[in-house]
Amino acid sequence: MNLSDQIIQFLLSGFATGAIYALIGLGFSIIYNSTGIINFAQGEFVMLGGMVTMFFLTSLHLPLPAALVGAVAITTVVGVLFERLAIRPIRKPTPLNLVIITIGGSILIRGLAMLVWGKDTHAIPGFSGEEPIQLGNASLLPQHLWIFGITTLVIIVSKVFFNYTISGKAMRACAFNPRAASLIGIDVRRMVLFSFIISSAMGSMAGFIIAPLTMTSYDVGIMLGLKGFCAAIIGGMSSGLGTVFGGIILGILESLGAGLISSGYKDAVAFVILLLILFIRPQGIFKRADSERV
Amino acid sequence: MLKIKNINTYYGKVHALKNVSLHLNAGEIVTLLGANGAGKTTILNTLSALTPAGSGEILFEGARIEALPPDRIVKLGICQVPEGRQVFKPLSVEDNLELGAYLRYRSREGRGAIKKDLEKVYQLFPRLLERRGQMAGTLSGGEQQMLAIGRALMARPRLLLLDEPSMGLAPLIVQEIFRVIETLRQESGTTVLLVEQNAKAALKMADRGYVMETGKVILEGVASELLENKEVQRAYLGKEKKEIWER
Repeated sequence: MNLSDQIIQFLLSGFATGAIYALIGLGFSIIYNSTGIINFAQGEFVMLGGMVTMFFLTSLHLPLPAALVGAVAITTVVGVLFERLAIRPIRKPTPLNLVIITIGGSILIRGLAMLVWGKDTHAIPGFSGEEPIQLGNASLLPQHLWIFGITTLVIIVSKVFFNYTISGKAMRACAFNPRAASLIGIDVRRMVLFSFIISSAMGSMAGFIIAPLTMTSYDVGIMLGLKGFCAAIIGGMSSGLGTVFGGIILGILESLGAGLISSGYKDAVAFVILLLILFIRPQGIFKRADSERV
Repeated sequence: MLKIKNINTYYGKVHALKNVSLHLNAGEIVTLLGANGAGKTTILNTLSALTPAGSGEILFEGARIEALPPDRIVKLGICQVPEGRQVFKPLSVEDNLELGAYLRYRSREGRGAIKKDLEKVYQLFPRLLERRGQMAGTLSGGEQQMLAIGRALMARPRLLLLDEPSMGLAPLIVQEIFRVIETLRQESGTTVLLVEQNAKAALKMADRGYVMETGKVILEGVASELLENKEVQRAYLGKEKKEIWER
């Protein structure tokens, strides 16, 4: 395999992991945009997506579709409980309080997952087998196609939701100006709950589509969460295409870095990018600096 | 229609409203005058449940409403057009207007009725029709004010709370906005509580007025009388300023 073939291979697999980072990043930005909270427990929703699917498949022997639906349902319930029990009761929601609470929540969820499923790494079979598909000299796993398909679908559905439905528009209104939103009768707390529902469902999907490629364990949420956060930061915390591109850029750079330099630096790539963006363009690389009319 | 009895509102330790009582009859336009910090906006925000009253009663059509959350207040038909417009800038003009009818969408009211009201708002403010697809943030100040009023109208308010609709706008646009407020009263019988800095224009249009100072109502009366009142003239209309100057 010569270098150009290798690069194509790196691009393809980087694109696939990037799609997953995008999905996780969207979870971050949706909650951030409707509440101002950076939910550091987002990665745990991703972990739960994979682990619950594994549990349903191997312990309960459910068919795959049922296991996936079950994983989304259970993760969403956890998201709802998290919002109700940890976020809503906060009297003074300062940014620092919220960061500590979401980090605390993530440690709790991770700990419970460890108690329930142990510390082992678990495998999930690919959704449609493991037979690689040859594309020229590069190869793709069928799971990669699932990743592209599900990510694209989720992005389209969320785009339609936020731009064409009254509830989606209400969430955007709430994100922009919660006071004005409550003056037209939007129940702001309900919108916060909605955003947790959407994000936890998205997170769980990211979790179960990546699990067949990378295996899953109780602690995968930390790293995946941070990568998703990084994608969202590159995209300027937009709940749209910015974060999607952010995820893909990150996935590709990571895969090129691991392939061409050393796989030991794989995770470092994300954090170097994260730091650079925060130092140089904290508003994200796709967003123009805010200018508004008064 | 609306009766406020002895309400007290606090911002932390600041006593912003001190035993304020006032009332509005159905179909009236009532204006609240007073200097900055007198508590006019606080009255509106207490009514809209953004800063709930510490004590006292608010009766809307005979029912107590002071403990209701903001969305229930809107549902009852009390809508506020907040100070500084506060339109949803990243959303289109039409989306802003649709969101005004958010509760009506949620209560499964027919889309037809909402659509009709949208047409009505466009008739009142033809400029919004021209700009329906534009982001609200790109509108001029006057257009944003029209949008904020239009958005409130989409909820079919019976009592409209207007907070300084003329602030920072060109005189011609102020005229247009005041004309619309009068049209609303004539055509739909909307009751209006109007907070204004532009005391003269407000008193000319209103039926009655209240004058506030440091959290208290210090004067109330029929608008035409207030317009003649020496104290009001000196403090809010700028008359006799010359005499004071020359002394």
